[in-house]
Amino acid sequence: MAATLLVAGCGINTIPTEQEQAKAAWGEVQNQYQRRADLVPNLVATVQGYAQQEKSVLVQVTQARAQATHVSVDASTITDPAKFHEYEQAQNQLSGVLGHLLAITENYPDLKSNENFLALQSQLEGTENRIAIARRDYNEAVRVYNTELRTFPGVIWARTVYSSAQPMQTFAATPEAQAAPKVSFPPPAANP
Amino acid sequence: MTAMLRAWAAALALAFACVAAAPSLAAPTFPPLSGPVVDQAQVLPAPVQADIAAKILALQQKTGDQLVVVTLSSLQGYPIEDYGYQLGRAWGIGEKGKNNGVLFIVVPSQHQVRIEAGYGLEPILTDALSNVILQQAVLPKFRAGDVPGGVAAGTDAIVQQLGLDPAEAQARVQAAAQQAAQAPPDAGGHAVPLFLILIVIFLIVRMLTGGRGGGLWALPFLFMGGGYRGGFGGRDDGFGGGGFSGGGGSFGGGGSSGSW
Repeated sequence: MAATLLVAGCGINTIPTEQEQAKAAWGEVQNQYQRRADLVPNLVATVQGYAQQEKSVLVQVTQARAQATHVSVDASTITDPAKFHEYEQAQNQLSGVLGHLLAITENYPDLKSNENFLALQSQLEGTENRIAIARRDYNEAVRVYNTELRTFPGVIWARTVYSSAQPMQTFAATPEAQAAPKVSFPPPAANP
Repeated sequence: MTAMLRAWAAALALAFACVAAAPSLAAPTFPPLSGPVVDQAQVLPAPVQADIAAKILALQQKTGDQLVVVTLSSLQGYPIEDYGYQLGRAWGIGEKGKNNGVLFIVVPSQHQVRIEAGYGLEPILTDALSNVILQQAVLPKFRAGDVPGGVAAGTDAIVQQLGLDPAEAQARVQAAAQQAAQAPPDAGGHAVPLFLILIVIFLIVRMLTGGRGGGLWALPFLFMGGGYRGGFGGRDDGFGGGGFSGGGGSFGGGGSSGSW
């Protein structure tokens, strides 16, 4: 009885709690990446109508999207460095080519005045922003969880009761990630 | 025996100290949430502020959505998207659980503006719609040098969108009905249930140990109760009293930005 009370007070629940929080944050990351993937076909179709000569970029975007959505994600992805890296790479690849595509659209004034495109552009911008935040929240949740696994008193529980609890992987701030689609609105006009 | 109890008390204190130590992120500094209009950059004349504040409070009364208009003197080197969601989280705009807060951020010195929608309002105040509001109602006025006019027009557009959506009103009625059926809002959060559980455990322990001598058990539990309450207390719904405050809503990057 006394032992039960003691362990309850010593944070035996901390590891599962933080694990669930990190998993929830991971779910949000996947959710936002999925949302971006859902926007891409529409974006490609819209751009295609105005910029057919940019076919190679459009093909690249479509391929990168296919790759990003085909990376299989399961429960072990967040604790398996290789799988996690694969997922991150595929998404970063898509970020890169999307950025390239949006940079190219600057050359097409007709496209830039298309309402459908403008809506897609703002949605994509919002999604990239959400991805950045979801990644940061995930990294923070994992940092807390991983720290709990390695520090007292969590380390005791991690080695005994929760010996299956593995540290989770975090996203790196890669150059590709930092060069994520930068959607620019009309350049700042001269200050009146 | 006493030494053992003392050791346990110490262990419990240590454990809770660990839990209470909240992780802190490197974050920008934020102005205090002084009201529905926070004019740090001092670009809004008093009558405009009063007008906007009245509209915001009327919206909040009507729908529960919490809008805050904020002008900043500086973004402290952060992108406006980055600053915006952190400001929303720091202030806790919107109700906890519903996350129905919106920030309308204007940074005149850097010619940047952003509508930051809380998680719960992302389906109503979508990125695309936020962008349309900025492009059509706000930025033309800003470009013409009329910052107060642009802020007022943007506020009107946001208030209108949040206030006049019948589907959303319907959803709100249902959500409210569900909530009323479940339970009245609890003031102390999780602290009360946990504390009650601990008292029950304490009573069981007393029964098992035969009553006498069990009194010392209360010490660590009382300590725990206090520690827990300290960490999670202070929830505020943002509607009571004369003050204006956030309700614990969270933000995930919804909305749109613009520059002029």
